[in-house]
Formats: sequence, C-alpha cells, structure tokens
Amino acid sequence: MDFITFIQQLINGISLGSMYALIAIGYTMVYGVLRLINFAHADIMMVAAFAAFFAIDSLEVSFVLATIIAILVSVVTGILTDRVAYKPLRHSPRISLLITAIGVSFFLENIVNVTFGGTPKSFNAPEFFDTIIELSGATLTPTVIIVPVVTVLLLSILLFILYRTKYGMAIRALAFDIKTVSLMGIDSNRIIMIVFIIGSALAAVGGIFWAISYPILTPYMGVMIGLKAFAAAVLGGIGSVSGAVLGGFILGFTEVAVVALYPELGAYKDAIAFVFLIIVLVLKPTGIMGINFEKSRF
Amino acid sequence: MAKLNKNFIVYLLISIAFICISPYVFEDYGMRILNNIFIFIILAVSYNLINGITGQLSLEPNGFVAIGAYVTALALLSEDMKWELFQLEDPSPWVLGLNLDLIPALLLSGVVASAVAFVLAVPVFRVRGDYLAIVTLGFGFIIKVLAINSPEVTNGSIGLNEIPSVINVYWTGGIAIVTVILILNVVYSKYGRAMKAVRDDEDAASAIGIDTFKIKTLAFITSAFFEGIGGGLLAVLLTTISPDLFTFFLTFQLLIIIVLGGLGSMSGAIIGTVLVIGGSEWLRFLDSSMNIFGYVTDAHPGLRMVVFSLVLIIVMLFAREGIMGKKEFSDIFRKKK
Repeated sequence: MDFITFIQQLINGISLGSMYALIAIGYTMVYGVLRLINFAHADIMMVAAFAAFFAIDSLEVSFVLATIIAILVSVVTGILTDRVAYKPLRHSPRISLLITAIGVSFFLENIVNVTFGGTPKSFNAPEFFDTIIELSGATLTPTVIIVPVVTVLLLSILLFILYRTKYGMAIRALAFDIKTVSLMGIDSNRIIMIVFIIGSALAAVGGIFWAISYPILTPYMGVMIGLKAFAAAVLGGIGSVSGAVLGGFILGFTEVAVVALYPELGAYKDAIAFVFLIIVLVLKPTGIMGINFEKSRF
Repeated sequence: MAKLNKNFIVYLLISIAFICISPYVFEDYGMRILNNIFIFIILAVSYNLINGITGQLSLEPNGFVAIGAYVTALALLSEDMKWELFQLEDPSPWVLGLNLDLIPALLLSGVVASAVAFVLAVPVFRVRGDYLAIVTLGFGFIIKVLAINSPEVTNGSIGLNEIPSVINVYWTGGIAIVTVILILNVVYSKYGRAMKAVRDDEDAASAIGIDTFKIKTLAFITSAFFEGIGGGLLAVLLTTISPDLFTFFLTFQLLIIIVLGGLGSMSGAIIGTVLVIGGSEWLRFLDSSMNIFGYVTDAHPGLRMVVFSLVLIIVMLFAREGIMGKKEFSDIFRKKK
C-alpha cells in the first residue's frame, strides 16, 4: 500500500470511527446513569435517519432543516422512551428493564417498517457531499472531512457541558451514586432526561452521517450499527464518554484496516466488533478507560 | 424423578393422550401449528431456564437453534444428496462423512450447541452485568455471517433443502414432554435452587458458597443443549433451512412467550407458547389488507410485530408477573387442598 492510499484509508477510518463514537456516547451515558444497555438507542438513530429521509423526500425541505427535524424527532423519541418505558421500572429488577428496552427497540423497528414499507430507501443527500476532491493524488469526498470535524465540535461541546456546567456535574454525580444524589435534592429524573436528550441528539447526527455515507436505509439498519457502537463503548470502558470516543475510533480504524489489508476477510468485517467485545471481556472487563461497575448498585 | 407425584402423572397422561388423538382430530394446517407449538415448547422451556430461573437476560436462541438445525440437517442428508445440493462449493470431507439417524443427530445438535455455549459463557460470566445480552445478540448475527460465508459447510445463502422429513407429532410431542421433565428435574434439583438464588441476589448467593460462575454456565449450557435439539427438530419439520430463517425475530418470539407466561414458570412457558404461536396465526389478518366498516386499509406487513412488541412492553410495565408469575400448575392446586 502506498502512502496516498494509506492516508486515504486513514481518513476513511477517522470518518467511520466518528460515527461509531457519536452513537457509542449514547450507550455509555445511559449505562453510566441507569446501568442499562439501551437496546433502543440504535433504533433512535435509525428513526433520525428516516425522519431526515422523509423531510427531504416528502416535505422537500433543505438538508439543514431536515437535519434539525431529524434531531428533534429523535430527541422526542428518546424522551418518550425514557418516560413511558423506562421510568416506571426504575426500581424493578434489571432484567425487566432490559426486556422492556428490547421491546422498545423492536417496536421502533417495526413501526418504521409498517410506516415506510420494508423496501430499502435510498437517502438523497445534497450533491455537495458527492463531489470528489483531488488532494495530491488522494480522492476524497467532503463527507469524510465534514464528519470528523463536526464530531470533534460536538464532542467539545459535550465535554464542556459535562465538566464545566452544573448539569454536567449532576450527570457525573448521578453516574457515581444515584440514591445519594437524589437525597441531595437533585431531581434525578430530570437529569436522566437530559442524558437521553444528549444521547439521542448525538445519535441523530450519527444517523444522518451514516445515511450520507451509506445511503441505503432499512428499518433494521440500527441493529448491527448499535451492536458495534456498544462494543466500541465496552472497549473504551463503559460509563466513560472519552472511552466511548476512543473505542469508536479504534473500531473504525480496525474495520477499515482489515478490509484494506485483507480484502478476502471483507465478508467478516461485521464480526470484528464482536471479537473486540469478547477480548475485552476476557482481558480487561472495565475497558481501556473504564470505571469498575462490577459492584451492583441496585 | 423429583416431581413424581399424583398431579404430575395426571398431567403426563393427559398430554400423552392428547398427542395420541391429535392426528385424528386436527386437519393438516392444525397439525402443522401443533408441531410448531411442541417445538416452541422445547425452546421456551429451555430458554426460561437461563432467563427466568437464573435471571440472566440472554438473547441467544436464534443462534443455537441455527446451529442445531444445520447439524441435524447435515447429519440426515445422505452423501449423494449433499453432492447434489452443494452448488457453490464442494462439501468439505467431514460434512460428507457426517451421517446419523435422527436421535443421534439431535443429540449431536444439542452437544454442539452446548459446546459453543460453553465457549461464550466463559468470557461473559466472568464479569457481572448484562454483557450476556449483548454478546448473545451479537452471536446471533455472527452465526448468520458464518453460515453465509462458509459454503463448503452450509451451502451459503442458498441453505439446505430436501431434508428428509422423518418426524411427526409423536416425535415433537414426545421430545417436548421429555424436555419438560428433564428441565423440571434440573429446576427442582440443588442446581435449580442455586440458579434461583443467583437470580434473586447474586451477592447473597455467592456469600453462602454458591459458585455463581459455575451455576450460570451450567444453566446456559443446559438451555443451549435443548435449543440445539429444538433447532434440529425445526429443520426436519421445515425440510428447508437457510441463514435468513434464524433471525432475531425467533428470539423475540420466545422472549414474549416466557414474559407473557411468567418469567421463571415452566407452566407459564407452555401456556405462553400456545398463546403466542396460536395468537400469531390468528393475528395474520393484521398483515393483510383489512375491511373496517367498509373502509379498506392497505396491507401492512409487519403490523403483527408491532402488536407483539407492544404486548411485550405492556406486560413488562403493568403485569410484570405474567400469567403464572413464578408459580407452576401444581402450586395452584396445592393451595386449594
């Protein structure tokens, strides 16, 4: 592989990793405060992609407005999911919460399936994203540059919220000990809602990026992406936002590298995340930057 | 036999009698549903062992059912048939050499599924938390990827067909009864009590000297064994299998079955199977176009699944005990005296 190809694949890896990172943050934050694998998270991303598709194709609005609509739709879906399905089960056994999460995930997939039909939809991103830039031999699309830039921007905002604001402090405190925080007069349900808003909004951005990069939308697209993003979150250390980002980038790079170096393994690309997951569980269950959640809190 | 009391023998005789007379009562369509119900009873009861009794959310059945189905199918197909079927690539030598009768084939399916379960259980159960759910969910997808990409064993995405149809309702019903008896024996043994202890409080269980890793692994392997057998039966019943058959929907159906019946109740799992499998046949009208007071709606394939997922969420939110709670039939009658 020559240098130009290497750079090109590197940028592809950064772009793919950014998308995994955006989605993994939602998993890791919800796991941090609720100790719940939010199976519905990837489907919220899928809902966002379909909302953007609907806004562009049927409402015929501009791409920017479609993005805003998609983020709003997914934030509302996220809040409703928490309020309707998860909140009544805060004090019940964990398995009930998990089963409900699977129910919500399946519900979202199938309601989209019924509304839009089962045939894959092709996402019409503005042509701007498809123009090819020649950069001293390397061919790139604007997408692979915009995706990481926006991701870094959003991450900085997120880290600012988490470490420099009162709400961020409350979120971190909640992840540390939900019962004591509630005793201190913090409305834990409100903070959990904020976590769902942040997670869903980032997932929506991730979903739209995904729709631009891989413009075939199906109601079940979230399952595989979600599985990989969750594996990325575990790899980085579940509960840690920077860990999720790191895990997302590692996974993105590895996938691109494996396909570039061993094209014959391309069919098994989707299994890489799973291999990572198993290796992490065997060697270091807390992940690279993780906090020890071994002691059950409930 | 842990439960060889009067009640138990009565249930056993009733079920045997039902299986014996069913071919004379039901039509072809009814028999197909009945066979389906018996296979799903095997799957639901064994799935309940890990989810309901041990309290570890696992989403594995579609993977192990797929393994069982492929092993049984390959074992039952004759060598000539395999040469004919495998179009993408020549079958590998050990696939050709695999030639068994039904019972050994089913047992082999169970053993292979258990072996895979053991490999999965070791990394997963070393840690606390809900990793089992995500690892098993991923496993279901990996099995599909493997099945599509190893044409010398599975014939790729074409799948295997013309599997000899050597079973009838006596086989499915009989194996279902044997499975229920065996699983009940596990549940009422000291291992079963340890599983329940792990479900109720893992810290306390480990404090009184239960090796929680061992108990969870045992429950997982046992349920994988019977799911493999169930998968084998399913392959023989359908006579055609392909990687697309074993999607997450299969797991989802089983999850609804055991949640509706009551997590941790074997009688509940059986009732749930009858309700969900029967109900899903009945709900077929939802997927086709409907005539509501003269207003004809479009066909909505997938509406059934929406109803299923709503049922699951509603049961979880408002009736978490399900139909039977953690009770069995015999508990209800014992109370009356």
